[in-house]
Amino acid sequence: MKEQKKNSAAVSELNVLPFKTRMLPYMIVAPALIITIGIMIPFIMAIYYSLTNYSFRLPTYSFVGLKNWIEILSSTDFWKAVWVTLRYAFFSTVIEMGLGMGIAILLNNLNNKFSKIMRVALIFPLMVAPVTATIVWQLMLNNSVGILEKFLNIFGVYNFPWAASPSTAMLTAVMIDVWVNTSFCMLLVLAGLQSLPKSPFESAKIDGGSVLFNFWNLTLPMLKPSLYIALLFRLMAALQEYAIIFALTKGGPGDTLMNLSLTAYQNGFQFQKFGYALPYILVLWVFINIVAKQIVKRQRAAQKQAAGLEE
Amino acid sequence: MKKRLISALLCTAMVASMLAGCGGETVSSGGGSDEEEYEAGSAEDFDWKNYDGTTINVMFNEHNYSKAVIEKIPEFEELTGITVEYSSTPESNYFDKLNTSLSSRSGTPDVYMTGAYQVWEYAPAGYMEPLDNYINDPAKTDPDYNFDDFIPAVVDGLKWDTVPGHKVGEGSQWALPMGWELNCLAYNKNVFAEKGLEVPTTTDELLETATALNEFAGSGSYGIAVRGTREWATIHPGYMSLFSTWGAQDFAIEDGKLVCQLDSEEAIAMTDYWVNLIKAAGPPQWTNYTWYEASADLGAGKAAMLFDATSAGYFQNFEGASQESGNIAWSTIPLPEGKSEEDMKANIWIWSLAMNADSKNKDAAWYFIQYFTSPEYMLWSGTEGASPDTPRTSVMESDEYKAVVGSADNYLESIAALTENASIQFTPQPYFFECTTTWAETLQDLVTSDTYSSTEEAMKALKEELDSIVSDLEISE
Repeated sequence: MKEQKKNSAAVSELNVLPFKTRMLPYMIVAPALIITIGIMIPFIMAIYYSLTNYSFRLPTYSFVGLKNWIEILSSTDFWKAVWVTLRYAFFSTVIEMGLGMGIAILLNNLNNKFSKIMRVALIFPLMVAPVTATIVWQLMLNNSVGILEKFLNIFGVYNFPWAASPSTAMLTAVMIDVWVNTSFCMLLVLAGLQSLPKSPFESAKIDGGSVLFNFWNLTLPMLKPSLYIALLFRLMAALQEYAIIFALTKGGPGDTLMNLSLTAYQNGFQFQKFGYALPYILVLWVFINIVAKQIVKRQRAAQKQAAGLEE
Repeated sequence: MKKRLISALLCTAMVASMLAGCGGETVSSGGGSDEEEYEAGSAEDFDWKNYDGTTINVMFNEHNYSKAVIEKIPEFEELTGITVEYSSTPESNYFDKLNTSLSSRSGTPDVYMTGAYQVWEYAPAGYMEPLDNYINDPAKTDPDYNFDDFIPAVVDGLKWDTVPGHKVGEGSQWALPMGWELNCLAYNKNVFAEKGLEVPTTTDELLETATALNEFAGSGSYGIAVRGTREWATIHPGYMSLFSTWGAQDFAIEDGKLVCQLDSEEAIAMTDYWVNLIKAAGPPQWTNYTWYEASADLGAGKAAMLFDATSAGYFQNFEGASQESGNIAWSTIPLPEGKSEEDMKANIWIWSLAMNADSKNKDAAWYFIQYFTSPEYMLWSGTEGASPDTPRTSVMESDEYKAVVGSADNYLESIAALTENASIQFTPQPYFFECTTTWAETLQDLVTSDTYSSTEEAMKALKEELDSIVSDLEISE
């Protein structure tokens, strides 16, 4: 080691690299380093503040240890919020994936003017901000001027409560979420479908495989990587959903739609208890992290499998 | 070697930035505890042009009061040479936005619109500048300002000594009123005449009449509009006024602690009545109702009655404001059994202007507050500016005001009848918003679900919850 150093010192005296060249590796790493720090700072600060009684209301704050965490984990509000978060994410993602896949397969099989128009038209909801979409939906759901009320009247249903009743509020929120986000799933699945190789389908056709057989044994396995990507994005967003629920009912009626994001917002901004709000968000982060890791793992496996099929 | 260097760098950077972040949080307690001797200047120094060239920032809640102010800002700018930048936000998001701005302690906004209940949160936190030194300084205040002209109950509602549990009316003046609101029953007189109904004066009659009025104009129309969203604003208007009239109260001080009184007999009976009223004749989508929706329904002829702020109905009533404009009339508070007119206790709300304790342009900010609470401006806003509930006696007694606002059927009479006992019926304490949001949540549960087997069970659970929210408050004398 020492020998080497001496040598290199001798060499460097003869052959000093210019400063710029020596700094180059650090310069290359710098942006990534800064971004990493930028991502980590708020996160570490959040953990730190979750251990304090930090509040907009108090002039100073003090360290309270795990008090916030213990209080939250032993409160019914928290477990209710977890349950609402999971149910909302499950229902909206399942329906969006199912519908998105169905529509994509239909559009892929049909290749006429209609399908071309539909491909464009179906993307419109994605261009509307979720809050705007929710406000428009609220108008449509209104019992006196809403178009959906008039539609239900045909079937003899009057004054359907929609978001105003605990029994139908989740349904209403999920319905709006589905309207906004199904086209996202559809887009990803459609792209996946169009990139599928033709040859396996041609040989299946020659062998006389049924439509169902083709779908289960060819389309689905090869489509799996795209499906997992769509699932990953949708599930992560649905677990964090805030905009639609807040614009619709602010988490009500009662606490029917108070998921983790809304509960954190309420405690942080409305009740001004920041230290107490942060554990909700950190728990949500852990959730999403676990879910995302699982999906990514499966997506990789599916990709390998699909590639294997192709060969 | 290099890897280690990078990771060491990363760690140092992280620790440094964390420390920097933490160090920045030590904050002075603002102007709240300012006890120092103050030297007032002389009246000769007062000139509207003293702060020519300053720019101030103002945050408004979207309301008729702020619309009137905004209309007159050019005149204020011309008079003073102060430039005003402002934003106006709808009520349901306004206070969240304001909280965030104030807590940044950047000094923006210099002036903000606030209510009386917010004082209990903002004043102890040091977000509000006490205004006494400005009001009493002849060098800063126009000789024509006439502070004593304000209705005492209204300015007193904005005074507080910052001790939780202590009533308002003592301590510093934290804000000045733009307008105030009482809560009472308003109704569509045409509908009542058509159906041959009498205006209810007791709670039993109210329930009966409201139920009879369901579908008075076809499907979707209903008896009585009240607020129902999951927030504090649902509690303070009609509900709190009837709650107090019924003889109930929110908190009491027992052994130096605030103790919630929502499990009292009166509180349970009143809440039970309210829940039944909403179920029987309230808006079909009650849980979405803020004052915008509730009063719009009265104006659109969808609701026959409205139990809310006096001005909420008024805004629907002036010519061209709504389909039913001109048809709205006012009454007082329907009485529960065994109560008389002396027991009517309307809760009040005061839209006010306050100064940010961190403002860097406090004197210019004071000019703004002063101008928009002055007798001259108040007379204009009370008459032409469509802000009916003026906080100034001189305006109330002026002929112009009586001619404009007095034309609304029984409006001034209702206010006169209720003013005597009207006050803020809540117990001042900094957890007001958390308590009333939880309260509204329980109301929603009672109306829309079977979470609780009885109102009594719900109110007992609510009491426990509120007790735990305020448990860390010590009431010092």
